[in-house]
Amino acid sequence: MPSNVFLVLQSNDDTRAIVDAIEIDNPKATITRQPAMVRIDAPNRLVVRRETVEEQLGNPFDLQAMHVNLVTLGGNVEEDADEFALYWDN
Amino acid sequence: MPIELRTITIEPLRNNYDHLEKRFGHKPASRYQEASYDIQPVENLHYRPTWDPDQTLYDPTLSRIRMRDWYDLKDPRQLYYGSYTQARARQQDTEEANFEFVESNGLVMLMTDALRQQALDLLVPLRHVAWGADQNNMMVCGYGYGTTFKQPCVFYALDQLGIAQYLSRLGLLLGGQDALVAGKQAWMEAPAWQDMRRYVEDVMAVRDPVEVFVAQDVVLDGLLYPLVYERLVDDLLAVQGGTAVSMLTQFMTRWGAETRRWSDSVVKTMAAESAENRAVLEEWITQWGQRAVAALAPLARPVAVDTTDALMTEQIAAFAGRAAKAGVTIKLEH
Amino acid sequence: MDTKARQPKLGLREKYRLLTRDLGWDPTYQTRETLYPYAEYEGIKIHDWDKWEDPFRLTMDAYWKYQSEKDRKFYAILDAHAQNNGHLNITDARYLSAIKLFLQAISPGEYTSHQGFSRAGRELPGVGTQVACQMQALDELRHAQTQIHALSNYNRFYNGFHAFVQQRDRMWYNSVPRSFFDDAMTGGPFEFVVAIAFAFEYVLTNLLFVPFMSGAAYNGDMSTVTFGFSAQSDEARHMTLGLESIKFLLEQDPANVPIVQGWLDKWFWRGLRLLSLVGTMMDYMLPKRVMSWAEAWNIYGEENGSALFKDLARYGIRKPKGWEDASKGRDHISHQFMLGLYQWSFGTAFHGWIPTDEEFAWLSEKYPDTFDRYYRPRWNELRKLAAAGTPFKNYGLPMLCQTCQLPCLFTEPDDPTTLCHREVEYKGERYHFCSSHCQEIFDHEPEKYVQAWLPMNQLTQGTSGGGGLENWMKYVNLVDGQDNGDFEGSQDQRNFAQWKHNSVSNQA
Repeated sequence: MPSNVFLVLQSNDDTRAIVDAIEIDNPKATITRQPAMVRIDAPNRLVVRRETVEEQLGNPFDLQAMHVNLVTLGGNVEEDADEFALYWDN
Repeated sequence: MPIELRTITIEPLRNNYDHLEKRFGHKPASRYQEASYDIQPVENLHYRPTWDPDQTLYDPTLSRIRMRDWYDLKDPRQLYYGSYTQARARQQDTEEANFEFVESNGLVMLMTDALRQQALDLLVPLRHVAWGADQNNMMVCGYGYGTTFKQPCVFYALDQLGIAQYLSRLGLLLGGQDALVAGKQAWMEAPAWQDMRRYVEDVMAVRDPVEVFVAQDVVLDGLLYPLVYERLVDDLLAVQGGTAVSMLTQFMTRWGAETRRWSDSVVKTMAAESAENRAVLEEWITQWGQRAVAALAPLARPVAVDTTDALMTEQIAAFAGRAAKAGVTIKLEH
Repeated sequence: MDTKARQPKLGLREKYRLLTRDLGWDPTYQTRETLYPYAEYEGIKIHDWDKWEDPFRLTMDAYWKYQSEKDRKFYAILDAHAQNNGHLNITDARYLSAIKLFLQAISPGEYTSHQGFSRAGRELPGVGTQVACQMQALDELRHAQTQIHALSNYNRFYNGFHAFVQQRDRMWYNSVPRSFFDDAMTGGPFEFVVAIAFAFEYVLTNLLFVPFMSGAAYNGDMSTVTFGFSAQSDEARHMTLGLESIKFLLEQDPANVPIVQGWLDKWFWRGLRLLSLVGTMMDYMLPKRVMSWAEAWNIYGEENGSALFKDLARYGIRKPKGWEDASKGRDHISHQFMLGLYQWSFGTAFHGWIPTDEEFAWLSEKYPDTFDRYYRPRWNELRKLAAAGTPFKNYGLPMLCQTCQLPCLFTEPDDPTTLCHREVEYKGERYHFCSSHCQEIFDHEPEKYVQAWLPMNQLTQGTSGGGGLENWMKYVNLVDGQDNGDFEGSQDQRNFAQWKHNSVSNQA
């Protein structure tokens, strides 16, 4: 059975495009909206792709700007300029 | 129709936390005061450190400097985390704009190869000095006593990391990765840099947090920043066509001036506390000062050439003048 | 000159390496052992510091930029909160007990973490790890400060906040978090990082911040929500540092595995005991509840923790020893702890109370196997006594666990009707424990834990203020009749009701 990785973002206008992009790039992700936050779970791996966020946003986006609205996460992190990924190795 | 805002006035039960009322009376305290005073544990410490059972967890006797109240050592800039990051974010914006301007206008191309090399030789190895300063200030923050004294040191440490990163970017911009390799080689091997490297490593071996503060922030940086950034870069390199370099080091120039106000005020308060403190400070500032002067002169020489001795004499006088204002009398030879 | 043309454009990874790792050098004027004196004695073997992976490649310019943005938002909300009497938006003044406890017990821990990471950021001899620790040191200072700032406005209008500084060092229940953080800091730099960054941040803080902060949101406390979420956004970095450190230690040398496993066993249990304070806040102190401790434990402890330990299994790491017992205690600890707090509420700088019928119903729904069976009857007894005008106060001093310093009030993992108690004799002295795991932690480092400052022992020896309850209250800056006791009839209750009434009526 795969383990879930997860990402929790504050729920506000800045994160709307990020959540939309996650939905597009991660068909297996489950999105749960809670008071003041959005929780995204996915089996084994979850990616946030800069390009997809930019398409949703209509503007350039630096993945590190996600820090401002990040609440918490679970899983190993892998990050470069184009992609932010969470994964479990099992 | 006007909207009626329903507001009420409630008389507060108290204006502040007990410890602040005790220090500053019953008026509302500033954010700096709330964030800083008395927030380090002081009593009923549970265990001795396993890494050194002779110390206590927060131990004012690690230093030869003694204070009745370490919270007398306040930061004149009144920086706490929030005001600190706001201030640096603004400076970072300016610095970023300067990098952008130099890059997009090809200002580096306007410099002669010789001038560019001079700038690289002088500035790139300084990124290692900055990394030493970072670690030394983490030591002061980690083992010093009283938040108003320690907190500026964690800011200072991370500022020095930022400076090391700006110097690295400057190296990459002026000379690519090769410049960083060459700079590190000079740091490790070039005779001109060895007194400096020995100085930094020797300070890292010191375990008295106030002595580390004095040797690094007061003495080394107190001499290095005005000499390198104000005189060598802003005056000498700039007039030879190195304005670009002076733009790229603007953060350091302003930062040096800002932090000297803090470090001078700390020395002044410590010296005013007791004759014993003053004697220890004089001893440290003289000993480390003498070594710092010897380490800096060979770095200045390629840029200042035959004005080097005059420049060093001038810098020593300015440094001794600041020390005297803080109540510490020293005499350094060049 | 065409330097730029000669050199390939640097990727983010390579650039970050040059801007951090490459700053370090091998000293030659001093030995490595002199400059990093505490790097070896724990027995951890590191062969190649360059194998350290930086998960978030944050340079200082980006750090300043994003962190200042977070703080700008935070202080804007805080100012608005103070200007608009935001404290009147909370559901009920009872709620404040939870954040009083937060300020007294948790915020000082943030400061201690700041100190510990400053030391680790200096003592670990690898640049990548040092930089990560240094940023965390700075973040933790932020957390302590934003919390003090956020709760300062409550302090102006409500009791129980004003002496958090004195109570940090002197109040009996605060020696639970204090001893936890002191324990971590008196360990070596590797143990400290494993204890805080991994066991505390990674395994346990989600349980502290996320459900608790949603709880604050449910209860209308926007200033706490703001500092909570804002702090938690840094925790994402810290958790990643924790996971990265563990993987790094495990990959460096097989000899590190048993040492790390020992630390995980110890710190998981230390952290769990500390979090029983949080479980109690969640189950009893929030007038409007968001989720029970048991539910939070299932999501963030059980599910998330299992995924993590499955991931680490390939290194030969198993779940911490206390894992099973933690699950067994899940449905009990908050009730047992709150029952204790109620009887000692004369000695706490927050209010206790007996839950209402509506709360009883919630508790029995959330704890179908335990509440009605074990805890409702005990609360009913207390209710009767209170109704008769003779509320139960336990003026006897509770026996504290030598390791976690909580009163020995928890029950045996397999028998919720028997109090769990262990004791050992060491060098002619007798020591008491709340559980087998706490005893095991002691057995492993007895010379350390015999030094523990146990507030109850000090009290009987008369060293805390000169003996007697009145002197003790002075010693801990506790204002009798205001800060302590039952919420019913308290000044906080009266004031809140009055101010709330004024704010919605036309009276001045």
